[in-house]
Amino acid sequence: MPFSTPHLRVSRLRATRLRVTLAAACALAVAGTAGSALAAEALNVVSWGGAYTKSQVEAYHKPWMEQTGNQINSIDYDGNVAPVKAQVESGNVTWDVVDVELSDAVRLCDEGLLELMPLDELPPAPDGTPAEDDFIQGTLHDCAVATIVWTNIYAYDETQFPDNPPTTIADFFDVESFPGKRGMRKIAKANLEFALMADGVPPADVYDVLSTPEGVDRAFAVLDKIKDHVVWWEAGAQPPQMLADGEVAMTTAYNGRIFNAIAVEDKPFEIVWDGQVWDLDLWVIPKDAPNKDLAWEFVKFSTATEQIARQAEWISYGPARQSSVPLIGSHAEAGIPMGPHMPTAPENFKNALQNDFLWWADHADEMNERFNAWLVQ
Amino acid sequence: MATTPAAPPAAPPDDGVLRTNDGVPLKTTLARVNRRQKLVAVALVLPLLGFILVTFLAPIGMMLFRAVDNPVLQEQIPRTVALLDAEWDGASVPDEAVFATLAEEMIQQYEVREIAKVGTRLNYEQGGLRSLITKTARTIARRGEPPWRETFIAIDERWADPQTWGIIQQAAPRYTLSFFLAALDLRYDWQGDIVEQPEREQIYVFMFGRTLWISGLVTGLCLLLGFPVAYLLATLPMRQSNILMILVLLPFWTSLLVRTTSWIVLLQTEGVINDVLVWVGLVSDEGRIQMIYNQLGTIIAMTHILLPFMVLPIYSVMRTISPSHMRAARSLGATPARAFREVYVPQTMPGVGAGSILVFILSVGYYITPALVGGRTGQLISNFIAYHMQKSLNWGLAAALGTLLLVGVLLLYWLYNRLIGVEKMKFG
Repeated sequence: MPFSTPHLRVSRLRATRLRVTLAAACALAVAGTAGSALAAEALNVVSWGGAYTKSQVEAYHKPWMEQTGNQINSIDYDGNVAPVKAQVESGNVTWDVVDVELSDAVRLCDEGLLELMPLDELPPAPDGTPAEDDFIQGTLHDCAVATIVWTNIYAYDETQFPDNPPTTIADFFDVESFPGKRGMRKIAKANLEFALMADGVPPADVYDVLSTPEGVDRAFAVLDKIKDHVVWWEAGAQPPQMLADGEVAMTTAYNGRIFNAIAVEDKPFEIVWDGQVWDLDLWVIPKDAPNKDLAWEFVKFSTATEQIARQAEWISYGPARQSSVPLIGSHAEAGIPMGPHMPTAPENFKNALQNDFLWWADHADEMNERFNAWLVQ
Repeated sequence: MATTPAAPPAAPPDDGVLRTNDGVPLKTTLARVNRRQKLVAVALVLPLLGFILVTFLAPIGMMLFRAVDNPVLQEQIPRTVALLDAEWDGASVPDEAVFATLAEEMIQQYEVREIAKVGTRLNYEQGGLRSLITKTARTIARRGEPPWRETFIAIDERWADPQTWGIIQQAAPRYTLSFFLAALDLRYDWQGDIVEQPEREQIYVFMFGRTLWISGLVTGLCLLLGFPVAYLLATLPMRQSNILMILVLLPFWTSLLVRTTSWIVLLQTEGVINDVLVWVGLVSDEGRIQMIYNQLGTIIAMTHILLPFMVLPIYSVMRTISPSHMRAARSLGATPARAFREVYVPQTMPGVGAGSILVFILSVGYYITPALVGGRTGQLISNFIAYHMQKSLNWGLAAALGTLLLVGVLLLYWLYNRLIGVEKMKFG
């Protein structure tokens, strides 16, 4: 066995070296995870994409990242909150902050899928007015803080109607006087309201009428008139695209998207404010979000007077805080004064309807069922 | 043996049994080796079995379960539903005891923010009950006191309506068929009888019908287009048939989304085909043909995408058919058409059957293509399953629709087996 000794020695040496390497690798790995646990306070912030997410990135994310050194991953979605339910129920939450519509915020909150928010911690207005008085009424909820007022409007392509442009919500449903394809969101919400207002129901009575079976029939009868002329859209970025492609002559849309196309992309579009159905966008934090404390810090930061005003300079959505209004200047890129383009500007707000989230929380299931049945037949 | 030490220990008894060197009967050794080999084989397929179990069987089992699972009322207001079952006559307003129990349970659930689950569940049965539950719970949690019956009715008249209580009772059982009923456009009324949904909300039976019809049509079109291609592939000289094969396989390897969006580029009203037609003068600029975002778009795109699934099985069967069969038929006096019809085609049937059932089953569950190009009239049942998974969050109904689809496919498969025989099917 004279040969085995050196061989053994070598292998022991090798083993030692291996152990050292392994230990070093382990140490590195541990240091790596520890380091990343400290530095990678990355928030997953989920929002609607396109021009809207850009306004949030410019007004909220960038300043916050600069100030705190944390990172934000901006994730796009189409407003469908099923993942929140799926994530919370499976105990594998990956979204930290989500931008949702009011009816979804209320519904998710009621079902215990969201973190409660300590609203008294929200920053006061610059003049010291407490947040709960500064926010517009109805924009603060147990699990949600609103940032903006946005609205469903319809817009048309000027070049399609050079002489006799549409001016009222009724014109949208009148394909004889205003020929051309229509774009509409593939959902019952807001479309039923549009239809009734076009049929002469004053905004204040819309939900009373919709609460009767005859009222629902009436709304669908109005929709019937343009059914064969409609191209349906689902994501907010689609309607300006459809208008630009000439796929439709007029389309319902979120007002900020159309404004962006007009101001930044120089498109010949025009917004009709008559019969607008306005709504809120709110921040919510899914229950047991991985970084929920940090998420709340971000929500507080982004709903300060200054930040909300900055956002309104990137997209024409109205601020949820009264103290933000005087701070809003001109569009950050196009230099257009933002005031007249806000849904809440008096000129635009004359015939406006607030989306009734309680009514929709109750009736969304049956209305969508009926809407879907109507759609396929 | 121990008592006779003289005997050599290794000497095997001479009983006619074949033994190995160490004296173990050959049969035993063989069995042992076989067993070891079997174990190795099982160990090799174990990862696959585990994979199938986790990613396939378990989700299907969970889906089947979710379609009948109905835990909400039993978990949230168990004593109320028990009391209703035991004491309520089903026609009048329940007595104070029921109201008091419900009040107590509602306040309890309100405080842990779970009461809206009850509202959401009841809202599937009748719109409006969601707010009734949340409103009542909110009110009584803040300032509610006995007598509960009067308090409830003062909050909302509907608590005095036996129908409300009937619906609660119908929605209570731990396992329910109501999602399956909803998936068939039926429902329980408040007295527990099965009735049809209001006509304007009936949709699923129609959608199942449309799904079967479009799947059948797509299968037929694939067969019509695929059979000649497969025939060419099988009969052309190697050089040409290889090129043709690449033409068949290239789209097959291309991403489904790319192929679908290519069809959008081609077919849309401002798209290539319409542009050409306008340029040639066949249609006017205003009269551009709507070929996409409707049923036609779904049928065209699905037929194209599923075509290789028809061509390949038929081709592989045709390759095995000897040309001498046709020559024999011809030499016995058959015309080419008759020889083809009576000798060649019957031999391709295993491939035709395999291709057809493959295409049909794939198209019954098709989702992404109809979603992208189907518009309003080209949606299939899977798009509604996705809708209930993602938008309405009614997972019970989505599961019931999915289960019905699965049962339908299995039924068709069984029928196919009875009529044609699965063992005759040849994929290649």
